[in-house]
Order: sequence, then C-alpha cells, then structure tokens
Amino acid sequence: MIVYDKPHALLDVPLHYCPGCLHGVVHKLVAEVIDELGIEGKTIGIAPVGCSVMAYDYFACDMIEAAHGRAPAVATGVKRADPTKVVFTYQGDGDLASIGMAETVHAAARNENITVIFINNAIYGMTGGQMAPTSLVGQVTQTSPYGRDPKLCGYPIRVCELLSELEGPEYLERVTVNSIPHIRAAKKAIKKAFMNQIEGKGFSLIEVVSSCPTNWGMTPQNALKWIEEKMLPYYPLGVYKDRSNGEVKK
Amino acid sequence: MADKVLMKGNEAIAEAAIKAGCRHYFGYPITPQTEVAAYMAKRMPKIGGTFLQAESEIAAINMVYGVASAGLRVMTSSSSPGISLKGEGISYLAGADLPALVVNVQRGGPGLGGIQPSQSDYFQSTRGGGHGDYHMIVLAPSSVQEMAELTVKAFELADKYRMTAMVLADGTMGQMMEPVSLDFDVTPPPEKPWATTGTEMKRKHNIVNSLSLVPEELEKLNIARFERYEQVKQNETRYEEYMMDDAEIAIAAFGIAARVSKNAVNEARKRGVKVGLIRPITLWPFPEAPFKKAAEHVKQIISVELNMGQMIEDVRLASECKVPVTLCNRVGGMIPSPEQVLDAILKASK
Repeated sequence: MIVYDKPHALLDVPLHYCPGCLHGVVHKLVAEVIDELGIEGKTIGIAPVGCSVMAYDYFACDMIEAAHGRAPAVATGVKRADPTKVVFTYQGDGDLASIGMAETVHAAARNENITVIFINNAIYGMTGGQMAPTSLVGQVTQTSPYGRDPKLCGYPIRVCELLSELEGPEYLERVTVNSIPHIRAAKKAIKKAFMNQIEGKGFSLIEVVSSCPTNWGMTPQNALKWIEEKMLPYYPLGVYKDRSNGEVKK
Repeated sequence: MADKVLMKGNEAIAEAAIKAGCRHYFGYPITPQTEVAAYMAKRMPKIGGTFLQAESEIAAINMVYGVASAGLRVMTSSSSPGISLKGEGISYLAGADLPALVVNVQRGGPGLGGIQPSQSDYFQSTRGGGHGDYHMIVLAPSSVQEMAELTVKAFELADKYRMTAMVLADGTMGQMMEPVSLDFDVTPPPEKPWATTGTEMKRKHNIVNSLSLVPEELEKLNIARFERYEQVKQNETRYEEYMMDDAEIAIAAFGIAARVSKNAVNEARKRGVKVGLIRPITLWPFPEAPFKKAAEHVKQIISVELNMGQMIEDVRLASECKVPVTLCNRVGGMIPSPEQVLDAILKASK
C-alpha cells in the first residue's frame, strides 16, 4: 500500500537547495495543492530572482522566470492574457519586500486575481547572506556585520500587516513550516490561496516564515528553534485579511 | 481608395495596434505619449481588451513580459525617461526571446530633460538600452500614416523573429495630426508552441527564461540569437531614397528630421544643387547599402538629427568614411528648420 507519494506537480529532479532549507517543504506543499485541485494543466508559475530562481525546473506546470521583484507584474500580464488560467508567484523577502515592493503593493491594491507564496527567511540567501527588509533588529548578516541597527537601516517590514491596511487584497495569512502541525496549517493556507483564485476572489498572499541554516550559521534544528524563538514573536502567525469573511487581524 | 481620418500620431499608433490584433496595453503617463494610453483606455474595454495603468514603467514592461509569455500581441508606450526604466524589462524580453512592441515618443534629455521633440534616444534604441548583447528592431516613422503602418509592421516582425520591436517616434510625430488610412492587411500571429499557456497535461512544461548559468550554453544562446539578427538584417532593412540618382550631396535623416530635410532638398534642387535624401526607416538594422552606394558618387553626407550626433556614427561606418560626414542638428527639444538644412546644403555645394 502506498502511504506517501511525491506530488505529480513537482518534477523528479534534484533540487539545488542547501541541506535543511525549507524551500523543498514549501515547494512540496504548493505541488500537493496543485495536484489536489487538479489544476496542473492550467497553472502558470512565476519564479523570482533569489534562491528559488530555478523553481521553473522543479514544477511540472508551465513556468516563467521574472526579473528581480517583478513577479507580481509578470503574473498580472499572464492572468490578464487568460483569466481562466491559475497563476502563482513564488518569491523571497528581498524579491517581494525590497526591490519588488511596489509591484507587491499594487498587485494587492488591484486585488489582482493571483496567488503569491512569500518566503520570509529574513536574509538574502542566493547572494550569500545579506540583510533583508525582514532581517530582525540586531540580526548579524554579511551587510549588517554588527547586527541590524535600526538607527542606520530602520526596522524589518511586516508584509501581511502592511498589506492588510489596503482595501484591495482578498486574503493574507502568515504561516510557518518549522514543525509538523505548522506544515499542515501552511498547506491549508496555501490551498485556500489557490481556491480563492479559482473562485475569482482575488489577491491572496501566504507569507511563510522560513529559515536559512546556511546563512544564519546554524544547524537546521537550531534554525527551526530560531524561527520559534526569534522570528515568530516579531512575525505573529495568523490571518491578517479574509475579505470574504470580513476578518481583519488588529 | 480607403477612407482617411484625421488623427494624432499617438492615436494612430494605438488604433493601428488594435487593428494588428493587440488586445493588451500597459502604460504609465508621460508626456508626450500619453494620448496612446488615453486612447487605449477608451477603446480596449469596448473590444474585450485590457488597458491597465501600471504603477510604474517597470511594472508596465513586466506586464508586457507576462502577456508575451502567454503568446499574445502586447504593447507598451512611453517617452524617453520612461524607456530608461523599461530597459531592464526590454533586456529580459530579449533574453527570453519574447515578441513585444515598445513605442518611444522621444523627448529631450538627459535626465528629466524637457517635453519637446528629440531624437536623442537613437543610441539607446539601436545599441540596446538595457544590459547584455541584444538588439531590438527599431522602426522610425516620419508621418502619421507611417506611425500606423509601422506599428502593424512592428507586431509582425516581433512575432516573426521573436524579438522586441520599437517604434521610435518623437514628440512632433506623436502630437501632430494628419489624414491617415487605417485599412491594412495584417499578418496574424504565428503558432507559438513555446508559450506558457498551461500544459493541459498534454506536453512537457514550457519555460520562459533568460537565466543560463553554464557559460558554454549561454554563449550558444547568444550566438544563435545573433544568427537570427543576421536574418533580420538581410530581410527587413528598410529605407527611402529621394532624388539620390544624380546627387552630389546626400542628406541622412529619419523621422521628423527627414521631413524637414525633404523640404530643404526640394528648395536646393530649385537652386540647381544636386542633393538627395536617404531616410532610414529601420534604424536597427541600419540601412548600410544606400550609404555605401552614395559614398561612390557624393562629395559629402550631411546627417540631420535632433541630437548631438548619434546616427552620424552609423552613417560614417556605412559610408566607410570615404566622404566627409557632417552634422546639422538642433537639440533639447529644438527642431532644425528647412533654412538651416538648406544653408548646410549650400555650404557643402561650394
């Protein structure tokens, strides 16, 4: 009896991610949702610039590689070209919350009928561990070697809270994937984000608080602990906007 | 003969694009091209198309990238500073071999510059504009009729060669009104089996991408792209020659500068000066042949431009420096007068 099988929407190829990286987990969740909804044949994914740049080689659906930060604009084009298609972006914190903040905010404000999977691991992974817009105060990175100093470079951006002030977006939820229960909850949120699009409800963004053991300089286990102890107090989990259900977290 | 309507150049571009089958337009307000966006805003909803005012030029060109990936005819328009912002996206379009139309209704620069006509984006348009080794097909209209015709042609060429095509106009061409016929034969888009339209579970996934981390592979992609460019050079180079058969002096000019120059040529001919005009219609690929030929029988070429001398470099290369090439120009939003060009011709004839 098969009790577990790899999702069809995730191709059987080696992933380039570091040991302990959670991108593989989130990729799997997205692929499982695509399978369960039976939408692989009409889904187009947009990969960002950053660690998940090569996601286009991993998903079995049609894929587009966008310029740094521009995935929501590219997704807008794809969706407007054929609104019957399912379009998702998969972006990191540098891509979505720094260089692509304008594209993010405006796609949300337009309630563009797309699904955004946002990986927040508080660091630029691909370029070797620089300070991200979501790096915590005091966090040591290659470009904040003495710890992030708010006097010098301000405070980390809480994307869900920021976007929740907009009238536009349909659904905003922050999840994490550092434990089995959290992974289950994350999958539920991701599924809802895709369902919302299929039902024509509009812009859904799922922020996944994630880790980067390599650039955090931690073992994978300690990185999971660091999510719990450092990240979640600043980035509380929960639904920040659910327009159809009139729910907004304050 | 088809009915003609009186239209602004910018509106002629927009209507011609619709005639060419373009149903997706993304733009951002900037003078002197805003009429393109305004026209599209009015027309697109009536014909089931998409007009979207993007949050920035950067977003607009990336929306174009999305629609182009889906295999549909799509365009954006802007003016000089906005085109600089689109440079990144244009480079990505080139790297992913996506067909699209970008219209530049030029204004004076650099920086914020002014809002009056200019041709100072010649280098930016013909040398790339964004990063990396690539070209756009650059078409330079010199009448409202050509604004319309070359827009249609640009879509066809973009699809044929999987390239970005640019209609390079200027503030004068965009703003002036002329009678125009919009009765075109349009070649419909070819099949695009590479487009990301969803696999329908019937084929392997398509990927639209410009990333290639293995140098040997990236080199091959670049070389293959330039082999395609060579086909464009051979098949699509366009120009107009006017009174060049017996010319002893040649004017090189495109767009609005060519219109001014034609008046000056007519005036000089009345005075018995044997002068002609070579008007590049494609700026890339640049029409080298007529200049090479002219260099055999003229004693001087005068490049008339609304910039500090940009096309003049291509004129010198094409004429292999066999004859002197001089510049007759105005810049910053100023347009050379027919008298100024006539003076340059008369001086050269002495």
